[in-house]
Amino acid sequence: MNAVLPHLPALQVVIPLLGALLAGFLRRGGVAFALALAVSWIMPFISGAMLWQTLLTGPISYHLGGWEPPWGIEYRVDVLNGFVLVLVSIVGAVIMPFARRSVAFEIEEGRQAWFYCMYLLCLTGLLGITVTGDVFNAFVFLEISSLSSYVLIALGPDRRALLSAFQYLIMGTIGATFYVIGVGLLYLLTGSLNMVDIAARLDSAWPEYSRAIVAALAFVTVGVSLKLALFPLHAWLPNGYAYAPSWATVFLSATATKVAIYLLIRFYFSIFGVAIDVDTLPISEIIIALSVAAMFIASLIAVFEENLKRMLAYSSVAQIGYITLGIGLANQPGLTGGLVHIVNHALMKAALFLAIGAIFYRARTVRLTELAGIGRKMPLTMAAFTIAGFGLIGAPGTSGFISKWYLAIGAIDKDWWVLVFLIMASSLIALVYVGRVLEVVWLRKPTPEVARASDPPPSMLLPVLALASATIYLGFDTEWTVGVAGNAVEALLGGLR
Amino acid sequence: MSLDLILRVGTKLILPFILLFALYVQFHGDFGPGGGFQAGVITAGMVILLAITFGLKAAQRVAPRSLVERMIPLGALIFAGTGVVGLVMGKNYLDYSVFSRDPAHGHELGIFLVEAGVLITVAGTMTALFYAFVERGR
Repeated sequence: MNAVLPHLPALQVVIPLLGALLAGFLRRGGVAFALALAVSWIMPFISGAMLWQTLLTGPISYHLGGWEPPWGIEYRVDVLNGFVLVLVSIVGAVIMPFARRSVAFEIEEGRQAWFYCMYLLCLTGLLGITVTGDVFNAFVFLEISSLSSYVLIALGPDRRALLSAFQYLIMGTIGATFYVIGVGLLYLLTGSLNMVDIAARLDSAWPEYSRAIVAALAFVTVGVSLKLALFPLHAWLPNGYAYAPSWATVFLSATATKVAIYLLIRFYFSIFGVAIDVDTLPISEIIIALSVAAMFIASLIAVFEENLKRMLAYSSVAQIGYITLGIGLANQPGLTGGLVHIVNHALMKAALFLAIGAIFYRARTVRLTELAGIGRKMPLTMAAFTIAGFGLIGAPGTSGFISKWYLAIGAIDKDWWVLVFLIMASSLIALVYVGRVLEVVWLRKPTPEVARASDPPPSMLLPVLALASATIYLGFDTEWTVGVAGNAVEALLGGLR
Repeated sequence: MSLDLILRVGTKLILPFILLFALYVQFHGDFGPGGGFQAGVITAGMVILLAITFGLKAAQRVAPRSLVERMIPLGALIFAGTGVVGLVMGKNYLDYSVFSRDPAHGHELGIFLVEAGVLITVAGTMTALFYAFVERGR
């Protein structure tokens, strides 16, 4: 055991990478699924052990190839990225059993191995972005996760999947380009790619090169915001999520945008925030304005959306607004709320998209008008959908309430009462779009389309139920969300100038 | 058929030398311009020339689709596996000094293996891309 423990940061990335390559090499759907399942179930133990270690003894540093940082690539795990690693790996582990039937139903036999190969590559990329302490290494992993997610989307059963994957490819490439321009500027200024080292060196460069640093900050912000689908840069997301295979939508919605948000937090609070006085720049105001716009406009679009997957995709844009709102508030309760919402939203959106995947598996449609009365045919699935839907609204007793509560306290701390009102008002719009679905599925008479539908088999039902119960559980026990996030936020805000 | 005699004979003559040049670029990468990527492209170029002159079937007898598509992950597996050797020997991931008693020599050997992986992946990817375009609409 002692031989393995020091290598956990590398294993976190290497195991899914080897899994992906083996799945691509063996080219058999069943074998690839077994590999994906095994890898997904190992990951939470590695990330959990690392989070535990960071909580007890502080950050872990791992030098790839034995080269000392800042020259070599350093993998650096502190409470913040330990928290995100645990989230990503647990989501992967919980939803993996669902994939077997859903993927077999939606993707032709010959392509299933590629699907699992791409999922494992995407997992590699997402865990890599999170675990690395090197900004260029983060770019490489960003590209690995993005390229594989384009393929995941393009494998969708609908022909429109190809077009939406292409749209995402263009937007994602622009985002990656902006990010790497920002990184290039930072490298010019500091001669370093190591996050800790850049933060230490930017300080002395600030008086002379402040405009270059602001440009770098702007490029990184726009690049990463494209990846995380911050409001006006979200155009790729609804179609991508709507036409991807059901299971890919679940995975991407719960992890990909969340990891990009982590990267933004890392840049703001561990690199720029440490080196320069960010309060002199209007970052906070811009982020808050865009977040509020996302919360309202995306929620309003969701209200009028007929396709359930697109509706939930727009809802994701709105919910990402709450998370970035926490980044904009940048105080202890606000940022804690944002971080907690990363977890809470990931789990409830995974539950919702899984439920939609189960509906598609049984009823072959995701159009709301054709799903009248499906609640009576698939009671357990729709019960889980209802619980997670209440989580989206932020009803008390669900995890969504906890995150919004902390965000509201963060706004009150700044005496921004209007913002508190806006958080409540946008939740009411969520009530409308979730309520509209609940009315149709529970209260109307079943249509002929759904007459033969029934709850899916246990391998699909259990992940949905588990995530829905997590939505309730995390609404009461907040030790592992608010507790750990608060710990991470203290470290982040403590480092600010 | 008869008009492209020079092309056919010329291609047959030149093919082994293309492969030889690819290997030269591969192994000379330590001391001059070259390396796995360039060598992989040249190797794929050989298959593409074969396909253009003698037709897709002739090329796919030499490099079948299933082989080419397996070469893509195989090369990356060699790269990643080279890193894992460091882990197994008790050093950090990607630490090539474990390959030999002399660390510098170990690094050389490690990079040699990595470059071999790059050659396989790049040659496979380029050929698979070519096949994908050629087979479109068939």
